[in-house]
Amino acid sequence: MSDTQKYAPGSHPDLPPPPGTIGVIGWLRANLFSDITNTVMTLLSLYFLYWFLNASMSWFLLDAVVNANSRAECREMADGACWAVITKRIGQFIYGFYPVDERWRPNLAFVGLFIAVLPLLYPKTPFRRHMLWFSAAYPVIAYYLLCGGIFGLTEVGTNTFGGFMLTMIVGVTGIAASLPLGIALSLGRQSRLLSVRVISIAFIEFMRGVPLITLLFVASTMLNYFLPPGTTFNLLLRVLIMVTFFAAAYIAEVIRGGIQAIPKGQYEAAQALGLNYWQTTRLITLPQALKISIPGIVNTFIGLYKDTTLVVVIGLLDPLGIGRAALADAKWNGLSTETYMFVALFFFVSCFAMSRYSLWLEKRLSTEHK
Amino acid sequence: MKKLMFAMAGVASLAAVSTASAGTLEDVRERGHLNCIVNTGLTGFAAPDDAGNWTGFDVEFCRAVAAAVLGDASKVEFITATGKTRFTKLAAAEGEILSRNTTWTFSRDVDLAQTFIGVNYYDGQAFMVPASLGVSSASELDGASVCIQTGTTTELNLAEYFSSNGMSYEPVPIETNAEARESYLAGRCDVYTTDGSGLAATRATFDNPDAHVILPEVISKEPLGPVVREGDDNWADIVSWTLKAMMAGEELGITSANAASLASKLNDNPEINRLLGVDPLQGAEQAGLSSDWALNILSQVGNYQESFERNLTPLGLSRGMNALARDGGLHYIPPIK
Repeated sequence: MSDTQKYAPGSHPDLPPPPGTIGVIGWLRANLFSDITNTVMTLLSLYFLYWFLNASMSWFLLDAVVNANSRAECREMADGACWAVITKRIGQFIYGFYPVDERWRPNLAFVGLFIAVLPLLYPKTPFRRHMLWFSAAYPVIAYYLLCGGIFGLTEVGTNTFGGFMLTMIVGVTGIAASLPLGIALSLGRQSRLLSVRVISIAFIEFMRGVPLITLLFVASTMLNYFLPPGTTFNLLLRVLIMVTFFAAAYIAEVIRGGIQAIPKGQYEAAQALGLNYWQTTRLITLPQALKISIPGIVNTFIGLYKDTTLVVVIGLLDPLGIGRAALADAKWNGLSTETYMFVALFFFVSCFAMSRYSLWLEKRLSTEHK
Repeated sequence: MKKLMFAMAGVASLAAVSTASAGTLEDVRERGHLNCIVNTGLTGFAAPDDAGNWTGFDVEFCRAVAAAVLGDASKVEFITATGKTRFTKLAAAEGEILSRNTTWTFSRDVDLAQTFIGVNYYDGQAFMVPASLGVSSASELDGASVCIQTGTTTELNLAEYFSSNGMSYEPVPIETNAEARESYLAGRCDVYTTDGSGLAATRATFDNPDAHVILPEVISKEPLGPVVREGDDNWADIVSWTLKAMMAGEELGITSANAASLASKLNDNPEINRLLGVDPLQGAEQAGLSSDWALNILSQVGNYQESFERNLTPLGLSRGMNALARDGGLHYIPPIK
């Protein structure tokens, strides 16, 4: 007992935790091998992962062919995926049939899009005030950049638009235009003016009550019967309008939910302060309602973005349409897995980015007492 | 809000509203290119190649019309249409020709106010089965499961054929040809049925085509041809005779290789002389065609046989019904006089 050291109360130094409860090993023991069931499950999962990755990696990467001129050539080289259908047609997947010499224009428009949305999405952007002017002018700039016809730019018909470029045009326009329209509709629905309220409700209920695919068919076929004979009205424009209206109706309902979630005391306080309707809306209602609605709004946007693939049914060649056209080429017939995987990857990356941004935005705007 | 207004301004200027003038031919010449409505993708008939150029049997017909009226086969813009939107696109003047393997039927011709100008491909619905099934005739297919594209005339033909033969079948609905290919190969259905050309084209892409047979029965008539809007007879004539000129080219032995040399001399066959503009062809000028209209078609695109062999022969399709009448087929060309 003589080697027992004695400490005055409270002066014992901190000892390291016993080995096996900290670090990698500790974590593994606590989380993966804590008891028999857990250990068995871990081993089974590991085996499954190995089996899955082993099989899929050899198909996706190891046995895959990226450079060949036809499916038959791919099959001669290896048994895996034939990504050659993508690499050979990557230009079409991105730009559709946009003239090759003019492809710098969509590229420039794409870069411009980022410059235009940066000050809108990220408030700490340097020179934000000045850049907002560019954002406001961007739709016009992008339109003339893509379609041409002025400043010596060759005119390019919208029927050549396709691929991811078309998705971006329909998706971004739909998202950008449907938000203000949706806000207006949601306010209109709660308006005290009967006509405004009735029109808003009728619009929202009609648009929500009809599938988007029906609206697209109306845009592509029915409108021709209503317009005077011989009048043509750009198909892409018709689609953009329909997609915007459709999304706006959903956005309106999402924001209405946000507005109704605001405690009544907020309005009463605003009235007590002597704010009029527009001041209340601008300073009290919308900032809170929009913040509450962010998940719903982004949800609608992601849905809208993916819905753009529906344009394939009216003959516009979005990535899915380009993929189908590629599969119709005798050389690439039968490579549907590769084509659809590639398109799915594109949509996953875009939608995942949107969803991450919304999470960041929620965190930044979070002032709630939790 | 300002952004929205700008967006609307941009959108409004996009709404280029154009109004058609006198005749289709004049419109096309003034515009400088032909707008042709084609399939969004059908093997052998219309599909973009790796470089983004449209190729295929129906596409080449569009090019032939451009060669006839504009003198340049490359001056075509292709408008893609699905089976559901094709007729309204034509009616709305988004294109001057609908060249999209469209079956000629009474209702489509009469009710939809459009003109079928001829048949460029005779097709018919057929059945494909794995050879291992040991079936040699469609009459042995009682109780089979059949992959069938929904919402097409083939669905109706199938139902009619089986009920009129007192047989039953189990439909496996599929949406596209690519999907049908996968389902059929995976054994989800015993039989795949669609137009014979589609079956042959699909079978040609199998890893082992010989393991599958196309049964001899053809259960429907599918005369496929280009369509124009009703009301401009001159344009219909031009499109119609473009097709006939391609077939006449085959009949008279004019190919893209020898067209120019035949046109530069007086030939023994007066029909060749008239077709190639060596001798005057009565009426061509009144129709608004230049004297070298058929020469442009045949030298730039080629005759019917060349087009067929470029696009459809590689898929394993034989001429069959699509041979000229003199070879036992159905294409009979009126005299070029």
